[in-house]
Amino acid sequence: MRITFPYMGHSHWVFRQLLSELGHEPIVPPSPTKRTLDYGTRYSPEFACIPFKVLLGSYLEAIELGAEAVVTTGGVGPCRAGYYAPLHQRILADLGYEIDIIVLEPPLRNMKEFYRQLRKLIPPGIGIGNLLCILHRAWVKLNAIDHLERLSHQIRPRELERGRTTRVFRKCLELIGAARTVSEINVAREEGVRLLTEIPIDREKELLKIGIIGEIYVVLEPFINHNVQILLEGMGVLADRSIYLADWVRGNALVPGEKDIKRAARPYLKELVGGHGLNSIGETVLYARRGFDGVVQLAPFACIPEIVAKSIIPSVSRKLGIPVLTLFLDEQTGEAGIKTRLEAFVDLLLQKKRKGAGAQWNQVTWA
Amino acid sequence: METIGVPRALAYYTYFPFWKTVLEGLGRELVVSGTTNKAILDQGVSEATNDLCVPIKIFFGHVVQLKGQVDKIFVPRLVNVNQGDTFCPKFLGLPDMVEYGMNGLPPLFAPRIDLCKKIRGWFDLAKMVAEALNCNMISVLKGFQQGKKAQAEYDSLLLGGYAPKEAMELMYTGQKGKASGAAKKPVGTIALLGYPYSLYDDFLNGNLLSKLKGLGVKVLTPEMAPPSDLYSQIRLLPKGLFWYFSNRVLGAGMYYLSEVNIDGIVHVSNFACGPDAMVNKLLELEAKKYTCPFLTISLDEHTGQAGIHTRLEAFVDMVRWRRQRACE
Repeated sequence: MRITFPYMGHSHWVFRQLLSELGHEPIVPPSPTKRTLDYGTRYSPEFACIPFKVLLGSYLEAIELGAEAVVTTGGVGPCRAGYYAPLHQRILADLGYEIDIIVLEPPLRNMKEFYRQLRKLIPPGIGIGNLLCILHRAWVKLNAIDHLERLSHQIRPRELERGRTTRVFRKCLELIGAARTVSEINVAREEGVRLLTEIPIDREKELLKIGIIGEIYVVLEPFINHNVQILLEGMGVLADRSIYLADWVRGNALVPGEKDIKRAARPYLKELVGGHGLNSIGETVLYARRGFDGVVQLAPFACIPEIVAKSIIPSVSRKLGIPVLTLFLDEQTGEAGIKTRLEAFVDLLLQKKRKGAGAQWNQVTWA
Repeated sequence: METIGVPRALAYYTYFPFWKTVLEGLGRELVVSGTTNKAILDQGVSEATNDLCVPIKIFFGHVVQLKGQVDKIFVPRLVNVNQGDTFCPKFLGLPDMVEYGMNGLPPLFAPRIDLCKKIRGWFDLAKMVAEALNCNMISVLKGFQQGKKAQAEYDSLLLGGYAPKEAMELMYTGQKGKASGAAKKPVGTIALLGYPYSLYDDFLNGNLLSKLKGLGVKVLTPEMAPPSDLYSQIRLLPKGLFWYFSNRVLGAGMYYLSEVNIDGIVHVSNFACGPDAMVNKLLELEAKKYTCPFLTISLDEHTGQAGIHTRLEAFVDMVRWRRQRACE
């Protein structure tokens, strides 16, 4: 079967391998562009959140490339993401595309349905041992990508030649993408680490520390957040992202995790509000405790859980003394707007830091 | 006597009779904020985060009205009322948003209403109420019994076509009003779909209900459809929505389309309402299936009455012409 999947950050390298090893032909949706967004916004409800629109657009582009089915995840709410698949299907059917959407709902809700959907993905010929190997390889690959990305975010703010880290990291992704077996992936990973650590850096540079929190899709997809993390790093900021896909899968699908985040959020929000609402509050608290200078919250416009978080975060910010900048993103958002606000925010944090730390910080210069 | 302030917003329109009976039975005096007006809306807009939808901003405005007048303010946390679905995250986080979003508030009375586990849920709720109000469990549970009766009476009045205001007048003053939607020879039947706090807040929606009635239309709201029918419609979908009020609106739309001969649907939504982005599209697709005229009215703090009325008049005209053409 020719299968496509939601495009998010760098995860397509993993899904591509997973689907082809299961004997399907993966149709990788083109990385989102203005065209994707135009498609998506034309057929989506006006107030649907931006991930809904991007996904609809990329499904339409994948259909043009010959996709016959989509595999995606479900959810139990109250975040709207859990209802994406049924509505996408209705909208696509209304446009005349009878495409099969394979939805993997949380297995414990309905074991039979989960199995039925899974069966569509896994051809009968594949034994359980083989399947586990395939999943293991995908897992190793996902972790390798996340490892290298983390490293690149350590190096980029200190790089001496602007733009070099981004170029090297792209090379790393290609290396990892081409690797198939576990040992090949591990070799590629080591090679990636070597390439990244060879980049000449300024070790003495004083960096501001900013945490990036918010809704998973807009945090992970640079096209939607206009490369917020890299923009910040260009301004001499060590930007720590709260969500990496492998960690998220580990904490939400494999073993119950993120307990510290939830505990930190409890005093401020006593109810799960779906999506990453509770996480956004908890992570703000944790960044404050870790001594970060500020937090940037990213959220899709009209995202309900993040709005709940946003209306509580000012109290957290005041109480713990950590400045928070919230950016709501939609199809109208432009890079210049984001950049201006980030620059102002970073300026503010620098002044705050100088006041606190005295003369040594006057030497900080822009990269 | 301890006074408890009840904001006339959000779930007020759905569950007030229950809580009035319970809390008055426990010897509390209830102070309900006035009907929404410009001052309340403005206060809400200035207190609440700008990204919130207008019904929540109005709720904040009502809380401001009650500040200083009462000993406690009632801000329920609605989590689950029927085992199936939950509420919009803004309802789930409401007490926290009010507590951390506003200064100088009296203590909140914020029971967590989660009836997912049926009897156990009621029991937990009673315990919470008893602790918060410092009274014994037995009297709370007795109050619940009384409250359920009052609620059932109220629900049946709504089902019979009374608007919440008329139904409460009838229950509490004995004043006999006329059931809504009783135009003599209606020019058509319109399903007016939306959340209770949008449909019955006359200030927010620019008197939409009476305007439609004034145009000689028979109006059907989600409250006027039998609840069991709503849910049997929702079960026809591959997956129900997650939100209680949204399921009611969508179910009502599907019910009126398939079981009742309606001439049009007016969906009343709020600017940037998350669940409504889904509900609106699904209703639109359902209406398309039945080739039923469909109008969306989106409300926010800048909505003017004239704009709403012009669009309603145009829509009703169109419905009338359609009917005439069908007769010829």
